[in-house]
Amino acid sequence: MAGNPFIARGFHSRRPAAPPGRLPPGQYETRDFPVLSAGPTPRTPLAAWDFTIRDSEGHSVRWSWDDLRALPRETPTADIHCVTKWSKFDTKWEGVSVDTLLAAARSAGVASNPFVLAVSDGGYTTNLPLADVTDGKAWIAFGYGGEPLAPEHGGPARLLVPHLYFWKSAKWIRGLRLLPDDQPGFWEQLGYHNYGDPWREQRYQGDP
Amino acid sequence: MRVEEMRLDGNAAAGALREIFAHDMTTALVTCAGCARASPMGVLMNYGGPMGVILRCPHCDTVMLRIVSTPGGRYMDASGSSVMLIPERPT
Amino acid sequence: MTAELPAATASRLDWHVASVTDVRRETARTCSIVLDVPQWPGHRAGQHVDVRLVADDGYQAQRSYSIASPPEDASLVLTVERIDDGEVSPYLCDVLQAHDGLELRGPIGGYFVWDIAEGGPLLLVAGGSGVVPLAAMLRHRAHAAASVRASVPAHLLYSARTWDDIIYRDDLEQLAKFSDVTVAFTITREAPSDWRGYRRRIDRAMLEEIGWPPSATPRAYVCGPTPLVESVATLLVEIGHDPARVRTERFGPTG
Repeated sequence: MAGNPFIARGFHSRRPAAPPGRLPPGQYETRDFPVLSAGPTPRTPLAAWDFTIRDSEGHSVRWSWDDLRALPRETPTADIHCVTKWSKFDTKWEGVSVDTLLAAARSAGVASNPFVLAVSDGGYTTNLPLADVTDGKAWIAFGYGGEPLAPEHGGPARLLVPHLYFWKSAKWIRGLRLLPDDQPGFWEQLGYHNYGDPWREQRYQGDP
Repeated sequence: MRVEEMRLDGNAAAGALREIFAHDMTTALVTCAGCARASPMGVLMNYGGPMGVILRCPHCDTVMLRIVSTPGGRYMDASGSSVMLIPERPT
Repeated sequence: MTAELPAATASRLDWHVASVTDVRRETARTCSIVLDVPQWPGHRAGQHVDVRLVADDGYQAQRSYSIASPPEDASLVLTVERIDDGEVSPYLCDVLQAHDGLELRGPIGGYFVWDIAEGGPLLLVAGGSGVVPLAAMLRHRAHAAASVRASVPAHLLYSARTWDDIIYRDDLEQLAKFSDVTVAFTITREAPSDWRGYRRRIDRAMLEEIGWPPSATPRAYVCGPTPLVESVATLLVEIGHDPARVRTERFGPTG
């Protein structure tokens, strides 16, 4: 844009009313839970649903819905931050730690690699460093607010990685690919930041 | 609200398309790379909301066109569209 | 001729500051903004504009709004549904006033448009604020000579939550009276006690009563919230209308 922008008289950005230090830069707090999706809601019946961790050599381990539900559960509470600028505090989840799943995968002979590509029903993908889904930082969540996770919020199960922008918390998750090389996901291919740290405001490629 | 109640259509992408194309593209006839059926851009299913334009085939849900505007430039992926016919005279 | 096209299209993409000449309330939840746009290139009924708001700290918000005025009018009118927790629509309805500037670009869109030269019969189906681009079509049609209008009969079926939520109610009644449009309302929540019209969601029977038979090959334009648009479009095709003559535009609640 050349020249000075036209300032709309009396128009202001949403002012953060949240406690200092709790909102990442550029975010505002919402009490709603906005729904954002790159596609229609998948309709995979639970009997046909599974979750797979696979390495680049093709070794894999698979859980059925009942297998997943039988694993030890955790109930993380976290603030979540969407790249479209809303943040929601103290969201309460129930799910299985990704550490638990990766440990089982390792003992089944799945090779550990430095990068992860999360793969969802409907073709959605997102990429993360392995280090960002380990050590208690990520879950496969199937409960929200004491209820089964609703389809519009990614049910039956979604990835939960609350320390990164929420597009990384892939809805309708079906598996993790452990890769030797980083592979940009659905939004990352289109100019969204490869890592997506809300505290460094890494929204788009080129952001610091 | 359910995702399906929130989707819009290609008409809502007209502005984003005009930032890239010299013609109005909502009347363009676009062939889906997934199912080979052609639809006017205006009838494609529009997902993505404030993150970007995600246009899917109304018949088979294939992602036909993706556009994201960033401070560094506009990203567009049309790999899900095999052919686009931009009519000489919009009807 | 083709040499002129790039310049003309490029100019439509630029942002312009329009002058607000009036902001008037239409219903409790909608307002109309009357604009004087310098060098407006003209538009077709059904098109929209993008509106951009920039705050003094550089924060920006952008939304699309349908044009309510016909191409024949000197002023450009946008009608905005006010979303309570939104950030653009409350500004437009509550803060913006005459003599302010408003940044916009357009007109935009070429699929959901109608010109009287395309003929009819015209079947317009609206839900809520989806009536805005359809009203532009009816106002455009009203500018035509009576003999031309007679060859393009028009029916509007308009679904609103309450009697008071009907946008342009008086204007639509005037259009019905003076330009031979058949206007039917259906009220889905609270209807006045003496209401004799429809009081249910649009269904197949209603479309068969208000629409034309498929043999009349009407041009149908359906605009409103996504569930209404998808349901009506499906019903029209089930009734036997040619899908290629059923045009749809989905409106989302963009605050």
